[in-house]
Amino acid sequence: MERVKNFDLSRTSVRELNQFLHHDLNAEHTDQVEILHPDGAHSIAAGVNAPVHIHVRGHAGYFVAGMNQQADVTIHGNVGWSIAENMMSGRVHVKGHASESAGASAHGGLLIIDGDASSRCAISLKGGEIVVGGSVGHFSAFMAQAGTLVVCGDSGPNLGDSLYEAVIYVRGKIHSLGADAQEEPMGHADYDAVGRLLNAAGMEYDPKDFKRVASARKLYHWNSEVHQEY
Amino acid sequence: MSERLHYEESASFNRDTLHYIRQAAEFGLYEIRGMGAKRKVPTFDDLVLLTASASRYPLEGYREKCSSKTVLGTRFAKKPIELDIPITIAGMSFGSLSANVKEALGRAASEMGTSTTTGDGGMTPEERQSSKTLVYQCLPSRYGFNPDDVRKADAIEVVIGQGAKPGGGGMLLGQKVSPRVASMRTLPPGIDQRSACRHPDWTGPDDLKIKLEELREITDWQVPIYIKMGATRVREDVKLAVKAGADVVVIDGMQGGTAATQQVYIEHAGIPTLAALPLAVEALEEMDVFGEVQLIISGGIRSGADVAKALALGADAVSIGQGILIALGCNSSTYVQNGEPHDAKEGYAKLGTGPGFCHHCHTGQCPVGITTQDPVLEKRLTPEVGANWVKNYLQVLNMEVTTLARACGKSDVHHMEREDLVALTVEAAAMAKVPLAGTNWIPGRP
Repeated sequence: MERVKNFDLSRTSVRELNQFLHHDLNAEHTDQVEILHPDGAHSIAAGVNAPVHIHVRGHAGYFVAGMNQQADVTIHGNVGWSIAENMMSGRVHVKGHASESAGASAHGGLLIIDGDASSRCAISLKGGEIVVGGSVGHFSAFMAQAGTLVVCGDSGPNLGDSLYEAVIYVRGKIHSLGADAQEEPMGHADYDAVGRLLNAAGMEYDPKDFKRVASARKLYHWNSEVHQEY
Repeated sequence: MSERLHYEESASFNRDTLHYIRQAAEFGLYEIRGMGAKRKVPTFDDLVLLTASASRYPLEGYREKCSSKTVLGTRFAKKPIELDIPITIAGMSFGSLSANVKEALGRAASEMGTSTTTGDGGMTPEERQSSKTLVYQCLPSRYGFNPDDVRKADAIEVVIGQGAKPGGGGMLLGQKVSPRVASMRTLPPGIDQRSACRHPDWTGPDDLKIKLEELREITDWQVPIYIKMGATRVREDVKLAVKAGADVVVIDGMQGGTAATQQVYIEHAGIPTLAALPLAVEALEEMDVFGEVQLIISGGIRSGADVAKALALGADAVSIGQGILIALGCNSSTYVQNGEPHDAKEGYAKLGTGPGFCHHCHTGQCPVGITTQDPVLEKRLTPEVGANWVKNYLQVLNMEVTTLARACGKSDVHHMEREDLVALTVEAAAMAKVPLAGTNWIPGRP
């Protein structure tokens, strides 16, 4: 039987919540945590390392589920900057929109944003997977090193600037590509990857509608031909 | 016209400038190199201590105790850092340095009761195991940054910038991006790695405050959080770091070193360490947090005299990078392998330089096995040998600091004060804000 623990952030501090999530889940045999009245609070469920289900019932602030490991976190609202930054594993689902730097530097895990993400979504991505139901803002996937960003809507300017080995899939319009990013043909592996991630995110789009963006790898070594890109 | 004038060198277009222009014309790329600024700037050498005489009495050098205990991170952290000496080892990455060197630094620091610091590239198990007190850097690149290592850290240092390249990102050229380094950084091996100069998940000081709160939440408010910055607009930057909630502020002057960056940064960005330190102290005093927020100064600190003067000017501790590398044998004409000295000059010659002049850390071909990932070269410095040299160096620095503190009549190195200093040059007096020797005059003061 699932054991549920409630935290009302209009009465309890984020510190008390996180202390519980870090140290007391096992002692109280908690499987699910309900967080009420988040009211834009920051750092909710930051640093969790346990296979627990966490529901944030409302809008939350910056760094929600920061550095997440194992936890399955659902935010029933919008979130501020840097949702699931540096996530290592687990799953974070934003039912609304996300502000800047969503999934920044995520090493692993799956971040799902049903609505739009703002600028620099997937910046510095290091292996995590991100699915955005709406559109992403400028400089998304900037210097993304590994992992996958799927955008079901449009992308803003300079998508994938200075990409390394991460791959981006966009269903809608790409305003512009950043330095060293290039559009490439979709292959079977790409259709499979997009289909798998859409399925995991519960989004019903046809993978054949997506474009692939990856690194041209012209910035991998210093050379005078591309000096303007530095 | 006399014959002499046929060979008169231009001050504006001297041989260095001619070489620079010709290199630019030939290659179309700027120069990248390691180490710090080589230009002459006012330094701690331009200050002297007013040790005791009739108006002050000294402590006995060999009989009376002088404490050098240093506590960092007392503002918010539940577990402040407690060090035996006021000298810490600066952040230098695994990648720029070999794993042997990182282990040597940890061993030496532990033996001397001080801390060492990770760098742009993450924490290696050898480093964690060998370091009793390890500061874990949170850099813009976030290479290898992960919550497991965050929880293992004794302090976290959020790096906004460094003195060698304030405003610029890190760099590690492909020859040093070995499979292990690449794996830690989630990069393809062998590529020229360019780190970001801005953090990915926050931008301005208001965001930084929230970022620090997140790190504190993740670490349950246990460990201190440092903020490290290159010395540029020091007064404003220190105040913003304090406002953001730093326990410790680290200011790195322009003489600070790097493993690789554009030469134009090294020589033309930032202000000297001597000028930066008093500005940082004033900022803390103006915010009424001097002593509550600790201050670490770095950038070209070399000797116990430098450390003593920095403490007298108001620093709580210093951090050393290049001096540590020199102690490890950087720029030495020999290296020690299997207990025997070997000539390293051929290695320097291959780099087009010689011992005493080398700044080719970026090439990964360090002739003495320090700034390399080459499996042959890195054997030229073992952790045992390196740790002993660094320990000895730190020991000498601390002995010199306590010697000077006793001579100033202080039983604690942290009791040295600005009034114990005078300057030998007008420039140093103006920067350090201490009187010119033999006068009561501080330039810029009424």
